[in-house]
Amino acid sequence: MPQSSPSQHVALASARTVKEEKIYRTFGLTDAEYEHIVELLGREPNYVEAGIFSVMWSEHCSYKSSRKVLRRFPTRGPQVLQGPGENAGIVDIGDGMAVAFKIESHNHPTAIEPYQGAATGVGGIIRDVFTMGARPIALLNSLRFGELDDAHTRYLFAESVAGIGGYGNCIGIPTVGGEVVFDNRYQHNPLVNAMCVGLMTHEEIATGSASGVGNPVLIVGTRTGRDGIHGATFASAEDPHAKERSAVQVGDPFMEKLLLEACLELIATGKVVGIQDMGAAGLTSSSAEMASRAGSGLTIDVTLVPCRETEMNSYEIMLSESQERMLVVMQQGEEDLAKQIFEKWDLQATVIGRVTTDGMLRVLEKGIVAAEIPVSALVDEAPVLDRLALRPAYLDELDENGPLFVESEDFAEQLYALLARPTIASKEWVYDQYDSMVRTETFVRPGSDAAVVGIPGTQKAIAIVTDGNGRHVYLDPYTGGVRAVAEAARNIVCSGAQPLAVTDCLNYGNPEKPEIFYQLERSADGLSVACEAFKTPVISGNVSLYNESHGVDIYPTPVIGMVGLLEDRDQLITSDWKADGDEIYVLGDLERAQKAGLGGSEYLFVKQPEQALHYRLPEFDLKAEVALQACMLSLAKQGLVQSAHDVSDGGLLVALAESAIAGNLGANIHLDAVSGVERSLQYREVLSLMFGEGVGLIVITAKVGMTEALERAARAHEVPIRRIGNVSVSPVVRVSILDRLYIHAPIERLQVAWRGAIASWMRR
Amino acid sequence: MKCAVIQFPGSNCDVDALKAIEETTSQPVDLVWHTARDLSSYDLIVVPGGFSYGDYLRAGAIAKFAPAMKEVEKAAADGRFVLGICNGFQVLTESGLLEGALRRNDSLQFRCEMTELVVANHHTAFTRHYAVGERIVIPIAHGEGNYYADEQTLKKLKKHGQIVFRYAKEHNPNGSVDDIAGIVNERGNVLGMMPHPERAIHSRLGSADGRRLFTSILEVWGETHAAIQS
Repeated sequence: MPQSSPSQHVALASARTVKEEKIYRTFGLTDAEYEHIVELLGREPNYVEAGIFSVMWSEHCSYKSSRKVLRRFPTRGPQVLQGPGENAGIVDIGDGMAVAFKIESHNHPTAIEPYQGAATGVGGIIRDVFTMGARPIALLNSLRFGELDDAHTRYLFAESVAGIGGYGNCIGIPTVGGEVVFDNRYQHNPLVNAMCVGLMTHEEIATGSASGVGNPVLIVGTRTGRDGIHGATFASAEDPHAKERSAVQVGDPFMEKLLLEACLELIATGKVVGIQDMGAAGLTSSSAEMASRAGSGLTIDVTLVPCRETEMNSYEIMLSESQERMLVVMQQGEEDLAKQIFEKWDLQATVIGRVTTDGMLRVLEKGIVAAEIPVSALVDEAPVLDRLALRPAYLDELDENGPLFVESEDFAEQLYALLARPTIASKEWVYDQYDSMVRTETFVRPGSDAAVVGIPGTQKAIAIVTDGNGRHVYLDPYTGGVRAVAEAARNIVCSGAQPLAVTDCLNYGNPEKPEIFYQLERSADGLSVACEAFKTPVISGNVSLYNESHGVDIYPTPVIGMVGLLEDRDQLITSDWKADGDEIYVLGDLERAQKAGLGGSEYLFVKQPEQALHYRLPEFDLKAEVALQACMLSLAKQGLVQSAHDVSDGGLLVALAESAIAGNLGANIHLDAVSGVERSLQYREVLSLMFGEGVGLIVITAKVGMTEALERAARAHEVPIRRIGNVSVSPVVRVSILDRLYIHAPIERLQVAWRGAIASWMRR
Repeated sequence: MKCAVIQFPGSNCDVDALKAIEETTSQPVDLVWHTARDLSSYDLIVVPGGFSYGDYLRAGAIAKFAPAMKEVEKAAADGRFVLGICNGFQVLTESGLLEGALRRNDSLQFRCEMTELVVANHHTAFTRHYAVGERIVIPIAHGEGNYYADEQTLKKLKKHGQIVFRYAKEHNPNGSVDDIAGIVNERGNVLGMMPHPERAIHSRLGSADGRRLFTSILEVWGETHAAIQS
């Protein structure tokens, strides 16, 4: 391949036009950023260079708004084998095994072209994981849409789900869990966050580093086309609807399956120096990031890149976001090995350049230098912004006390209404479209607190969850952040697993608005404090900003992906009630639950949708939550528990109903004397107890005769425990306080409300 | 009993099938690449689930041209056992080894769920460890599992007892004619079914009802094998 020489001057012909016609502005670069580039290069950038800078310095690639905030996260721990900065984080699970995982957003493409937007989100996150040398074993998705009474929302929802299924089902990685939330704040700006978990041995860990002068650089996978050019800048723009559909990529899961198998086979040879997925900003970011990690340079000849369209120029090739491609640095002389393996899988592996020592990203086109930029200028010198943060006025206008409701006699009807809320209702309509069982290691399928997947050849399993509540974070960014981590961890311990680490997807509105930036900063503080408290460092993640449409910003929505380890799969706990007569207990402070109120609850949104955002979120006791979860884990390890289910969206009654439906068993429940004094509760207290979401609670069941052992364990952890009733074979859930029967709900009615809700919307 | 599981580039239930056979029968199993040209030594060949070549044209339509499928045809003609699961069933109908065709689910959506099946014929090599009329739980995971055969073919299938599994009444998940979930060829040595028995071999996976399919094959093979030797 041609080597550049100093005599070959950089093609400056187009540089004048870039400057004079301010073409860089159309790439998304500001005047100040352009001036900085000129300073760094010591000359004007040409067209290709300006394009390369614009994608590398885009919000999507540079994290320029969020970078300082991200530094607050705890990222270390004895279990962490690879923290943030690589394609995915890795944690140790013992016995020489490790899991790699990451979550990533694909919000903007989904708003425009939901099927492909969601599908390529899945494809991208899978590549991030197998790039590390891990075999992907599970997928999860965290989705946000508007309310289903809108036809366009139903279209976005149906197509996104189909796209996620279409990709994951074909490639043969089970989609085991996730969450879907419906709220009109997301109507024009849906969120699609995809998480992938992969399994590997410690020896198999690969990284994205381009070291070793003279080592060959290969592009592998599909040919490069003109799709997705400027996808990264587009993902950072305020209103993606104004942009063209051509910036959305199209996925090919079959191709990715071939790429996955070929890459894992290649990594197993031990001859790979570095490997990196080509995601946002394609060849540009993959080459710059690989060189940056190694402190090296790369020379790439775009003429050698296999293209699927004719006459593609260096600008297009460098910025293409064609899917299912990887950049690989092999040991010198091992090029043919790569070619052989890729040929077996009917794929191409083509040498397109070499590693150099001069720290330059150099792009050649037909022997001429088309671009020559110091890697450090692209990566280290990328702008880091100090965005202004201002506490939003609405936070100081929230009402401390919840609303006063007129007493309603019919609690069962209120419960049915809550169960039929799409956010709470069964998501079967969604996950029945996903293959959740392929690989035959899925012990807990979607729909439970956490998904549980076995580690083949061992007694171990991992529990995985995604969790986030944008409303809570909106009402109280700090506490909302704490709660997001706490809820994720609570889901993990409810399955009997020990939380290990976190990957986070930070979805926010326009960071140029100081109130939005405040939400980001304060919630990140909350996330950090909680991650410290639960000893779950952040090992990977993604930031998605500018989630606003028609001037409306989404709720600040940090989504927590968490993985936990279950040492013995036989100690797995599920949320369904198991047997007639089992005793039902609540772990956690019911007395507080009765006082905490309804702030931020789904109940408020059912009863008073207009006013629901006017009431404060209850305080959150992090210390009590840590104790609660430690207690739950110890009960699980002692084998004292038959079922466990955490109380979250909808509150205590919804949690009880869900366990009843799952186990097809009824219950007799008495919530008397919660306050310790035998008195009838005020209506406000009853509502708070039954529908509030303020306090961390876990509903557990145990066989008869366990009371003493349970109480002893709870005392040791200083966690309140209260027996509230029994599981019953009679198919009715009864809930009373003193002599008043509040709920008499046949399971069949609960089922109909809960199971049919989303499907009935989607038939419209 | 020597077993082979064919791997097309887009197969994704190949390893699951291998694990299930090993676990339920303790017999040796090989994964064989779709370009294989000699599979004459295998007593059982499994065409597994997945998306053989991406299934972009029609599920299984490209796979029938694979060299390994010639070997599957020979195995079928020799009276050796062939088991097509999910995409494998689609490949077997596309190849003409089994009658009928599999269309898109009537819901037009992919479906993954536990399904209740009724054993329609237990006098086959694949089902002798079940009872006729027995209800078993086996999961499905497919977008194109809507079995179709014309009246005449259906009559023939019924006449020769070729319908082996039906979805339980009122629980037909895909619109299959006559609730058909799995059929055998007339000779009875080739079974195609949309549900995944290899995913139902442990209670922790939700069901262990798939085990007996594999143990049935082993027992029948053992008997014929012993007969040949004696």
